[in-house]
Amino acid sequence: MKLADLVETLGLEVKSAQNNLARQVTGAYVSDLLSDVIANSAEGNVWVTLQVHVNVVAVAVMKDLAGIILVNGREPQQDTVEKAEAEGIPLMVSGLPTFELAGRLYGLGIRSANVKVSAEPETG
Amino acid sequence: MSQAGPEIKITKTQEMVYEMKVGDVMNRSVISVYPNDRMSKLRGILRRNRISGLPVVEGDCLVGLVSIEDFIKWLADRQDDCPIRDRMTGKLETLYSDDPLVLAIGKFEKSGLGRFPVVDREQKKMVGILTKGDVIEGLLNKLEIDYHEEEIHRYRASHIFEDIEADGTTLLFQYVVKGQDYKQAGASSTRLKRTLKRLGLQPDVVRRVAIASYEAEMNQVIFTDGGNIRARVQPSRVFLEAEDAGPGIADIEKALEPGYSTAPDSVRELGFGAGMGLVNIKKSGDSFDIQSEPGKGTHVSVSFFTNRGKS
Repeated sequence: MKLADLVETLGLEVKSAQNNLARQVTGAYVSDLLSDVIANSAEGNVWVTLQVHVNVVAVAVMKDLAGIILVNGREPQQDTVEKAEAEGIPLMVSGLPTFELAGRLYGLGIRSANVKVSAEPETG
Repeated sequence: MSQAGPEIKITKTQEMVYEMKVGDVMNRSVISVYPNDRMSKLRGILRRNRISGLPVVEGDCLVGLVSIEDFIKWLADRQDDCPIRDRMTGKLETLYSDDPLVLAIGKFEKSGLGRFPVVDREQKKMVGILTKGDVIEGLLNKLEIDYHEEEIHRYRASHIFEDIEADGTTLLFQYVVKGQDYKQAGASSTRLKRTLKRLGLQPDVVRRVAIASYEAEMNQVIFTDGGNIRARVQPSRVFLEAEDAGPGIADIEKALEPGYSTAPDSVRELGFGAGMGLVNIKKSGDSFDIQSEPGKGTHVSVSFFTNRGKS
């Protein structure tokens, strides 16, 4: 699935790097601790966080992430947007809280990197 | 080689018109008409497609060419509507798709014609049409591609180790990190990462060095008044050092435990201080060393072997 598909399906508001949405999303990672993201996210992942300060862009660049989704309708700081634009990292805002957004992503078939999820229990 | 008389210089464009083929630049989606179509039909076709002439095709065979001039002549003569066959130019100049572009250019110049149908040499079928505009567009496209490749090549310093003649080569990159400057935090590591990428190091090595450097940089930003980061790059390994002048780490063993952090709440709120910094540095490197003394400072060194996993 491409970033652009996520933007459309989840109604995300794109704040930067509008022309970089063609990238294939390899998975998702949810965390607000930068070191945790550095250690455990994977290249091409979309990162879900509530951190809006400029350092999130550096982390995304460092790990070659596909993009950053800010939750709860959090507005990124101006310098964050500028840096993200300069580095070509799409910043996207969702009105949903983290749990809901992660659920939607999962529902769209997005998974974590490096995690083998065992067969899901059948319902009904 | 020196030459008498005016110097003969082959320009890039000249080289290109000899190398490129008509088939590379021709227009493949050709609008054509049948010989039995009426002349009156041309008006709409020419206007809709903004073209000034088109081939007349019967089956797969090219039988003629009809241009806006033929159409105007027909209008001027005020004749009754007639099949295109009666007004088209039947004597045909064509090009083969494997003809070099230079031949086409010569033909345009000599004939003064605006377009040539392009025919496959073996099957004698029409495969496209070539106008002067197609030639220019094709050349510009090729120039752009070549220029882009050249730019990439120039930007890459990856051949630098091959160009340098020495028994041993080390490139040193140094970055100054300001303490407590959260806005700039990560900038040095981003620059280092970009530099290593340009040097053509394997992506995996670049990523690992960048992670270690980022975490070291963040530690300097959060806990110290600043420091510096140095990366020594050799063909076989990268040696990363982060050095600061204090405050130093009281319990190094504890600092190396995942999750142990002495960062203040204000910093943790920003997502730093997860207690994973040194852990991440150690994990990303092939060898790791830390020296620290309270009040004196901290010195972290990490090695990365560039051929890891290759052998």
